[in-house]
Amino acid sequence: MQNLNIIPIDYYIFFCSALFAIGVVGVLVKRNALVIFMSIELMLNSANLLLAAFSAYRNDPAGQIFVFFIMVVAAAEVAIGLALLVMIYRSTNTIDINVLNKLKW
Amino acid sequence: MIFSKYLFFILSFIAIYAALKVLISKKPMHSVLYLTLAFFAIGGHYILLNAQFLAVVHIIVYAGAIMVLFIYTVMLLNLNIQGEFPKTRLTAIASAIAGGLLLTVLIAVFRTYDLKMAADPSLNQIGLVKNLGKVLFEEYYLPFELSSILFLAAMVGAVMLGKKDIY
Repeated sequence: MQNLNIIPIDYYIFFCSALFAIGVVGVLVKRNALVIFMSIELMLNSANLLLAAFSAYRNDPAGQIFVFFIMVVAAAEVAIGLALLVMIYRSTNTIDINVLNKLKW
Repeated sequence: MIFSKYLFFILSFIAIYAALKVLISKKPMHSVLYLTLAFFAIGGHYILLNAQFLAVVHIIVYAGAIMVLFIYTVMLLNLNIQGEFPKTRLTAIASAIAGGLLLTVLIAVFRTYDLKMAADPSLNQIGLVKNLGKVLFEEYYLPFELSSILFLAAMVGAVMLGKKDIY
C-alpha cells in the first residue's frame, strides 16, 4: 500500500465478510423458504464481489471470468430453485421450513 | 481520488442497510425490493473496482432477471394472506450470536495477513469488455459453451418442474 489514495483491499474484505455474515444470519433466522433463498443469494454476491476485488487488485482477469461463470450458475440455480419452491407450495400449501421437515432426521 | 473512498463507504452502507432490512422486513415483497437495492449497491461496487463488464452483467442478471423471478414467485405464492411466519426469540438470538461469531472469526483471520496488492484498480484495464472478451473467448471458450448447455438444462428442468401433472 504505497499509494494512500486508493481503497485498501481490507475494506472490501470487511465489507464482504459483513454481508456474508448477514446472509448466514438470514438463513438461520428466517422460516420462509423464499427469504432463505434470498439470503443465499446475498452470500453468493458477497463472495462474488470479493473475488472481483482480488482480481482487480492483482491485475488478473481470470478472477472476473470466474465471477461471470458464477453468475451464470446462480441464474440457473435461481430458476430451478424457484420452480421447486412453487411446486412445493402447490403440493403442501406452505413454504414454512418448519413444516417441510420430512427429510430432516 | 478521496471521492472514491467516500463512494465506497456510501455504497457499503446502503448494501449493508438493505441486507439487514431483507432480514427485518416481515413481508416477503419488501424483502425482495430491499434485496434489489442491495444488488444495485453491489453493482456500484463493481463500477468502483473498474470492472465495468461485471457491473453490467450483474445489473442485468440480478436486478433484471433474478429479481423479476423472485417477484413473480412472491406473487404466485400469495404469502401475504397466509400471514407471517412466527419465530421464537431464542432462535433469533442464537442465530445472531452465531452470525456475529462467524463475522468475528472471518475478520480475525483476515487481519492477520498483510495483503500486498499489486495494482491500483482505478488504473488497470482488465475489467473492460475488450480485455475480458479476449480472455473469455480464448482461454475459457469451452466453459463458456458448457454454460450454455447448463442454461438449456436448467430451462428444461424449470419448465418440467412447473408442470402440473408430473407426480
